Parts: sequence; structure tokens; C-alpha cells
Amino acid sequence: MDIDLILRVYPHFLKAALVTVELSVLTVLLGLVCGAAAAAARLSRFAILRFIGAAYVSLMRGIPALIFLFLLYFGGPQIGIQLTAFQAGVIGLGINIGAYMTETMRGAIISVDHGQAEAARTLGLSQFQSFRKVILPQAMRLMIRPLGVNINAQIKGTALVAAISVVELTYTAQRYIGSTYKPFEMFFLAGILYLIIITVTGKMISFLDRRVRLP
Amino acid sequence: MTEKTPFVDIRHAQKAYGDLEVLKDINLTVSKGEIVAIIGPSGSGKSTLLRAINDLDPLSSGEVLLEGVQVNKTLPHRQYEKHINEMRQHIGMVFQHFNLFPHLTVRENVTMAPKLLKGLSNAEADQLAEEQLAHVGMSERIDYYPSQLSGGQKQRVAIARALAMKPKLMLFDEATSALDPELVEEVNLVMKKLAEEHMTMIIVTHEMDFAASVCDRVIFMDGGVVVEEGPPSVVFQNPTQERTKNFLRKHLAQYAESSK
Amino acid sequence: MGLDFSVVPSYADALFLGVLWTIAITIVSALLSFFGGILFAVIALYGPWMIRLPFRFFAWLFMGTPLLLQLFLIYFGLVELGIDLPAFVAGVIGLGLHFAVYNSELIQTAILAVDKGQMEAARTLGLSRTQALIRVVIPQAVRDVIPPIGNNMIALLKDSALVSVIGVSELTLSAQLAIGRTYRPFEFYAAAAVLYYIINLGMEAVLRRIERRTQLSR
Repeated sequence: MDIDLILRVYPHFLKAALVTVELSVLTVLLGLVCGAAAAAARLSRFAILRFIGAAYVSLMRGIPALIFLFLLYFGGPQIGIQLTAFQAGVIGLGINIGAYMTETMRGAIISVDHGQAEAARTLGLSQFQSFRKVILPQAMRLMIRPLGVNINAQIKGTALVAAISVVELTYTAQRYIGSTYKPFEMFFLAGILYLIIITVTGKMISFLDRRVRLP
Repeated sequence: MTEKTPFVDIRHAQKAYGDLEVLKDINLTVSKGEIVAIIGPSGSGKSTLLRAINDLDPLSSGEVLLEGVQVNKTLPHRQYEKHINEMRQHIGMVFQHFNLFPHLTVRENVTMAPKLLKGLSNAEADQLAEEQLAHVGMSERIDYYPSQLSGGQKQRVAIARALAMKPKLMLFDEATSALDPELVEEVNLVMKKLAEEHMTMIIVTHEMDFAASVCDRVIFMDGGVVVEEGPPSVVFQNPTQERTKNFLRKHLAQYAESSK
Repeated sequence: MGLDFSVVPSYADALFLGVLWTIAITIVSALLSFFGGILFAVIALYGPWMIRLPFRFFAWLFMGTPLLLQLFLIYFGLVELGIDLPAFVAGVIGLGLHFAVYNSELIQTAILAVDKGQMEAARTLGLSRTQALIRVVIPQAVRDVIPPIGNNMIALLKDSALVSVIGVSELTLSAQLAIGRTYRPFEFYAAAAVLYYIINLGMEAVLRRIERRTQLSR
């Protein structure tokens, strides 16, 4: 293990780790928005919305995220979408993870006991009111942990943007492997930073989960 | 083997979990061909004693001998493993919850151990499975999976599986307790049949009428000791100990009520 | 520059070859990850501590880092160690090991969840602990996790696109080669997306069949 080398290059890795954090936050936020919209569509009364929601989920989960990213970044200009690599990374990966989050959210909503909606409707609440006041608050609690799994996967998933040369952790590690021929050191350095990001995020999610859990 | 060597010999069996003593210096012998029922309230130590006989729950101290050979020998790990696996081939056991292997068919449940441990060929093993399953009346379900059987059928297969190892001794640990009432009889019939064939059996049960009709001897345990033992006619009709009387009063009352 | 899909058919052969390679990589890596997962689970649960503890550390490291980073490590690391493997083999090892770690986590949980009575019943018949694990406990554990392992295999198919980055010629790389000649990225990445989607559907159908076949024995 070449400690001198690690001490020399680690500031670059730290900077890259910040980019990974930034990518993770933005893709997860976009994913949550897409996921919520698509979950709502999939549970809608309107067949057309249900179809659109289902098609989005099926397509995004049926193709590699990398291919979608390439399609957006390299193919986008052909249909008038000009994006920087960073923008393409956030949008492409955000839309992609959104499909997985859709299923997580939908699963949580439909796993709330059917009797809850019936009880709310019996009290005279409208369908929307019963969803808003009774179903959703329970479903939100149920979805925190599984969304945590999606988020954990997405933090690692941000590495894909290395393939379109966004300077984040994996890209930085790859470049330094190429220039120093020290693959193990560079892997450990990047790996530890990923683990820190993932562990801290995991702690935050389980803290949130504990906070909202019902007695 | 001389007349004086008991078939099963349990000497000073003692077992404790921390401060809790579940078996207190139990001495018990069983002769060849004898059928012994162990009864008692839950927590009396009856299952623990049964499971000590094949060293599934090892004793804290004391000895268990089968035909004069100590089952629970203290040996270095490897030698102990070899010894206990050998001994267990002679001691069949039937569990409350059947413990059939769900990933194997009925046939495979019966043939797995004989093929693996006795080197039976496929043809020999198949023949053995057919014989043993015919014996418990399960021939027609030979290629079913356990999940496709009723509880009573599962237990009969479990008995056939144990018998396929040609054991010298059979242990039954509440074999009918998990069954719906209407399925108990089919398992009892198989056990009666074994009794008629003079299989040596030790049966932990809470079915007093079964114990009375099939067993040669009844042992009443409570609080980790043998309180009373004797022929069923004596233990059930003229118990001498107060604890036995209490237990029987409760149990027979329950029994009378449930059969109403 | 508008879209013109008419260029795609002339590269049909190259894309089809890419599909075959993608399927081959997926199958070989999936098998490696399946059997590797079982082996890893046994090591993590029953290995001597000198093996078990470092093993668990590496499993943790692998589960916390991106596959792409691991592929770089394996590809360049092997070169560094003087082992010159074809890109295909490096890609299969990377994908296989990565998913073996994930499968191993599933299998470990399942092994611990197999009813204790199963081990007891097997031991009562005279089987040794190892025999009981191999014959009774592990087959049940593996059967119990076939659906989630199937999900991992679907993820593996999609992640196989990543090995194009270390120069393994499969569907993604075939598309890139065609793009290099035609400068039509949208058309070829869209074609690749359609092909991946079809392979994915096929794979899901196969997995559903396997699940149904193992359903009975539970």
C-alpha cells in the first residue's frame, strides 16, 4: 500500500466525492418526484394515466441505465436536447431511478390495509380526502426503508456518469489508476469515500424511519 | 447381550440451563420390545429427556446407553461426530412438527439417508421406500411433495422415513399434538401397528387413552423428576402420588370435556 | 440533424452478435454469481474466523462501492498482478463476483431462517452437520430465495452494459462501434435499448418458469 501516493492524491478524491454527493442528492430528488408522479398515475382512475405510468416503469426497468444515459447525452442533440454531461447525468439517472421508486411507493400504498380506506369513507371522507389523510400518512412511514434501499443503490449508480466523463469519484479513481498504475490504492481510497457517503445516508434514513415510526 | 443388560439405560441424567434444572438425576431403563409412555405437564422435562436419548439436547451430566454402548460419549469433536451419527442411525425419531424435508418428495424423504449413509443403490432405495410407505399406508403419495399432504399423512411419512433406517429404538416426541383431532387416529394406528411388531418405543404424549391402550409402562414426570411409574392400569387408575392425581384429574377432565 | 433509422438494419448482424455476447456474458456471470453466492454464504457463516472476518470485510466493501469501480479494479488490478486475461473473462469475473456478494447476503439470511427442526431431523437420521447442510438446509435456503436472486439476475443483465467500458464486446459496444462509423448515436442507442428490453422480457419469462417449478416443493 503506497501511503505517500494516497496522501498526495486524496484532496482530488475528496473534491470528487462532493460531486458524487451532489449527483446523489439531485438524482434522488428528481427520482422522488418522478416516482411520486408515476405512482399516482399507476393508481389513477384513468386508464390512460395508468398505462403511461406502467409504460414508464416497464421501459426504464427494462433497459440498462447506462444506455438511457448515452441515449440522452449523445443522442439528445439529434432531437434538440443539448445537455452538459452533468445535466444529462442528473436527468438521465434521476428519471431511471424514479421508475424503481415508483414501484416502492406504489407497493407501500397498496400494502396499507384496505379496511383503512373503508373506515375513512364510512366517516364521510371523499376518496381524495381518505387518501390524503389516512392512506398516505401510513404509506409514507412504510416506504422510508425500501426507498432507503433505492437511494443506497442510486449512490453507487451515480458512478455511471464516469462513462460520460463527469469528474466524480469513480471517474477520478479511473483516471488515477491510469496515471499511477496503482489500482488497489485508488480503489480503496474511492471505496472508503463511497462507504462513508453510504453509511451516513443509511444512518440518516434509519433515523428518519425511527422518528416517524408509530408506537 | 445378557439378560441383565437393559436395552436402554439412562443413568443419573441431569440437565440445567443456567440455574434452571430441567432434569434432576433421572434413572430409567427400557427393555427390548417394551413400549414406554412419558406423560407430564409442559415444562416437566419429558421432551428434554427424550431428546437427550439421541443426544439432540445433550445432558449436563449422566449417561445414556443403548445395548450397553454409551450414546453421549465425551470424545474429541471429530470422533464424537462419527460416533453419534452412527448411534443415531439406530435411533429413529418422530417430531411434533414432522420436520419433513419440503424440498424433497415423499420418496426422496425416505430414501435420502439410506442412500447417503448406507450406500443403497437407487433400485434398493426405491424398493425400501415402497415397503416402508406401504407399511404406513402412504404408497399412493410416493411422488408427492410434503406441502401436498395433510398433517396426518406427513406424520406417517415421517415415521416411514425413520423406519427406513431400520432403527432398534423409536422415539416419538408429541407425534400427534400438532394434528387436527380427526387426523390423530391414522397416526395412532401406525404406532399401534409398530407396537404389535414389538418395536421398542419411547413415546412422549399427552393422549392418556392412547398411552393406556398401547403402552406397557407409563412414566409420569413433573419438575424434572420421575414422580411415578408403572403399568398404565396402576398409574392411571390407582396413582399413589398426589401430583399424579392432580395432573390426571385436570387432564382427564379436559379430555372428558373435549370429547363431549 | 434529424433521425434516420434506415441506417440501423445494415448493422443488424453486428448488433445481433452483440446480443449473443450480452446473453453469453449474462448467463456465465449469473451462474458464477449463483454458485459463488452459495459458497460465499457458507464461508461467511461457517468458515473459520481467520477467513470469515476478512471475508465479511470485503463483502461490506463490495456492497458499498459501484460495480463500475470494481470493474476498473479487476481489469487494471489483474494487469498490475501480471495476469493477462481477455476482457471478456475480466468482465465475467467482475459481474459474477459483484452479484455473488449480493446473492450471498440473501442466501445467508435464508440459511439462518430455515426451520431448526430440519437440521434436527437430518441429524436424527444420522447425517453429519455438513451432510445436513448440503442435503437439507442449503437446498431449502436457495429455493426460498430464488425470486430475489432472479431479481439480481435481471439487474445483472442490465449491468452487463457496464463491461463495455473495459472493452468487452457486447451489445453496448456493438452499438458504439456502429455509432463510430455512422455518427448516429440516437438511432443505435435506441436500437440497443429495444434489444435489451426484449432480452429482459425473455429473461423474466425464464425466471418465472423457474419460480413456478420450484413452487411445489415448499
